[in-house]
Amino acid sequence: MEKTKTLKQFGLEIPVAEYAPPGHTACAGCAGAALLRQMLKYLGPKVVLTNPASCSGYFGRAVEIPLCRCLFEAAAASGTGIRAALDVMGDTETTVLVFAGDGGTYDIGIQALSAAAERNEDLIYACYDNEGYMMTGMQRSSATPERAWSSTTPLPQAKKERKKDIVGIMAAHRIPYVTTASIAYPQDFVEKVLTAKTMKGMRFFNLLAPCPTGWRFDTRFSVKLARMAVQSRVFALVEVEDGIHWKVKQPKERIPVRDYIKAQGRFSHLSDADIGAIEKEVEEEWEILLAKASVVEEI
Amino acid sequence: MAIEEKTQRGTYELLSGTYSAATGAMLSRVQVVAAYPITPQTTVVEKLSEHIAKGEFKAKFVPVESEHSSLSVLVAASAGGARTFTATARQGLALMHEVLHWAGRGRCPIVMAVVTASLGAPPDIGMEQDDAPGQRDTGWMQLYCQDNQEILDSIIQGYRIAELVSLPLMVVFDGYIMSHTYEPVLVPDQEVVDAFLPPRKTKFKIDPDNPLRIFQGAGAVAGAKFASKLRRRAQDAMEIAKDVIKEVNEEFYQHFGRRYGVIDCYRTEDADVVLVAVTSVASMAHDVIDELRQKGQKVGLLRVRMFRPFPTQEIAAALQNASKIAVIDRNISYGRSGILALEIRAAMYGAAKKPPVFGFIGGLAGLSLKVADIQHAIDYTYAHEQPEGEIIWLGIPPWEERG
Repeated sequence: MEKTKTLKQFGLEIPVAEYAPPGHTACAGCAGAALLRQMLKYLGPKVVLTNPASCSGYFGRAVEIPLCRCLFEAAAASGTGIRAALDVMGDTETTVLVFAGDGGTYDIGIQALSAAAERNEDLIYACYDNEGYMMTGMQRSSATPERAWSSTTPLPQAKKERKKDIVGIMAAHRIPYVTTASIAYPQDFVEKVLTAKTMKGMRFFNLLAPCPTGWRFDTRFSVKLARMAVQSRVFALVEVEDGIHWKVKQPKERIPVRDYIKAQGRFSHLSDADIGAIEKEVEEEWEILLAKASVVEEI
Repeated sequence: MAIEEKTQRGTYELLSGTYSAATGAMLSRVQVVAAYPITPQTTVVEKLSEHIAKGEFKAKFVPVESEHSSLSVLVAASAGGARTFTATARQGLALMHEVLHWAGRGRCPIVMAVVTASLGAPPDIGMEQDDAPGQRDTGWMQLYCQDNQEILDSIIQGYRIAELVSLPLMVVFDGYIMSHTYEPVLVPDQEVVDAFLPPRKTKFKIDPDNPLRIFQGAGAVAGAKFASKLRRRAQDAMEIAKDVIKEVNEEFYQHFGRRYGVIDCYRTEDADVVLVAVTSVASMAHDVIDELRQKGQKVGLLRVRMFRPFPTQEIAAALQNASKIAVIDRNISYGRSGILALEIRAAMYGAAKKPPVFGFIGGLAGLSLKVADIQHAIDYTYAHEQPEGEIIWLGIPPWEERG
C-alpha cells in the first residue's frame, strides 16, 4: 500500500494514514478539525494526544492514536505527565501532542502552560485559535480580537481589549520553537510540523482556526478566511527559535484588512472609521514584527 | 522465620512524619513525583527531590507551579502506567479539588500524603483538620495515621491497595504534631518491601502500540448510561476496598510483623464511654484512657484509621456495648457539626442500640488540643445524659460583641 500521495499543486507529500478519520461531530467547516487531522498525519503513528475541554472534545475524540483527555486548565500538565510516564518506561521516541483551544491556552490554561514552557518540557503544544469560547456559545476569550462581537461582548459593547500576544509570551520563555501556521498554507504548516518533530523540548504552535459558527461566515469559506487573515497581515506567519531568532513570512499577495473584516458577521457592526482604525493597528503591528525579524521571506 | 524476627529486617532511624512519608514513597519505588511546596508538607517533597538530585533514588521529579498541576501531572503519568506520588496540605488540597474528582472517577491508583492544617481565611497555617475530611466525596480512599511508623507503612500498603482496586489513596496525618515530630521509625530493607510490593502492572495504559482513549466518555446521549455505570463501579470498588485493605494489612503483617486495623479499639470491651478520634488526638488519648481506668472509670478509645471507605459495620459492632460515645473533631462542616461525629451518628443509626453521640469540636485554626481537652470531653460525657446540641465546643468560647 502506498504510504503517501503527492499533491502536485503544493508539491506536498501527504501521508495516506488517517489518525483522525472521518466521523467527528464538530461543526461543518471546522478549521480546528482540519488542523488536527493534518498535524497527526505527520506526527503519527508514534504520537499521544492529550486535549482539554474544547471543541476538540468533538473533533479530537475519534482518533486512532492514544488519547488522554484532561481538565480544562491542565493541558500542559497532562502533557508533562504523559511525557514523564513514557520516559520512565524508556520510550523517548513517541511525541506528546497537546491540542487545546485558545480558552485553554490564552486564559485558563496559561499558568500550567507557562510552567511547562519554563521547565522546557519535551512536548508539542498546539493551540487551535478560533478566537473565543466557541463550544460554549461564542463567548469572548483573551484571544478574541478588539471590536469583535461575542456573546459576552454584545453590542453596543463589542470587545474593547486587544488580543493577547501569545507568540510574544511564549517566545519570552525562550523555548526552542514557537511558530504560527495556517490551514491555507499547508506546505508551510507541514514544514513547521516536521521541523518541530525533529526537535526536543517545548515546541509551541498557534494555529488560526476560522470558526464559521462563531465568526459568522459560510462553512465553505474556512480555508479562504484563513488565507485572507494571512494576506491582510492580520495573522502573521512567524517562527521564533530559542525566543530570539524571529523569521517572518510576508504574503506576496496583499489584500486590504477591510476585506477580511467584511467577510465576517462578528464585525458587521463596524463603521468605516472602526475598520480604518483596525487597518492602522495592523500596519503598526506589522512594523513591530518586522523590526524583530532577522529573516523575512515571501510566501 | 518467625514473624517477630522479620520486624528486625530494617534499620531504626529518627524520622519526622514528613520524612517517614518520603521514605515510604522511595521504598515503594515511585516512578513519577510532581509536587509543589506548602507548609507543613514541604519537607516531604524536599526530601524526595534531594534524593533524586543526588542520584540516590531514581525517579522523575516534576517541580510544577501549583497543586492543580502536580495532581494533573500524576493523573496523566498514572494513565501512562507509572507509579506516582505527591504530597500536599491545606489550600493545596483545596486547589486540587477538581483534579481529585478526576483521579477518583478516572480510577488512577495515585498515593498522596496529606498533612492536615488550616484553610483560610485568615491565612493561618496552624493545625486543623478541615482539609482532608472535606475531600471525602472525591472518590479517594483515606487512611488516617497516628504515628510516624504508621505513615511509612501506610504509604507502602497504600500502593498495594490502590493498585489492586484502581482507586487513589490519601495517607493523612497531622501538621506539626506529626509532620515535624521526630520518632524512631523502623525503615524496612528494600528487599522486604520489594517482596511485598511488586512493580505496578496495568492492562490499560497510554501505549502507542495499543491505542486507547483514556478518560474519554461515549458522548452526551449514549454516554450517560455508560458513565453512570462507571460511577456505580467506582462505588463497587470502594466496597471491595474494605476487604482489600484488611487483606493487604494481613499480608503486610506476614512481611513486616506490623499491622493496623481499619479501626483500632483500645480498652473498649467493657467501656461505658468510648472516645472516638483520629490521628494525634487518638494517640494522645491512650494515656488519658489509662489514667481514668486507674481511677476506676470504664472508658475506652476507638481510633478510626480507614475513613474512606467507611467501616460502618465494624464501628457499629465495636460501639454496641457503650452507653455513651464521645467524638472529637478538629474540623467542622459549617451548618452541621464535626465530620467524624456525623459519620459516627450515621453508623449507629442502623445499630440495635443507639447510644447518644457527643460531638466535640476543638483545636481549630492552630489552637492546641491538649490532654486536658480530651479529659474535659470525657468528664462532660459522664456528667450529661444527652449532649446539649450537635456541637460541644472544646476551649473555643462564643464571640463577644465589643461595646
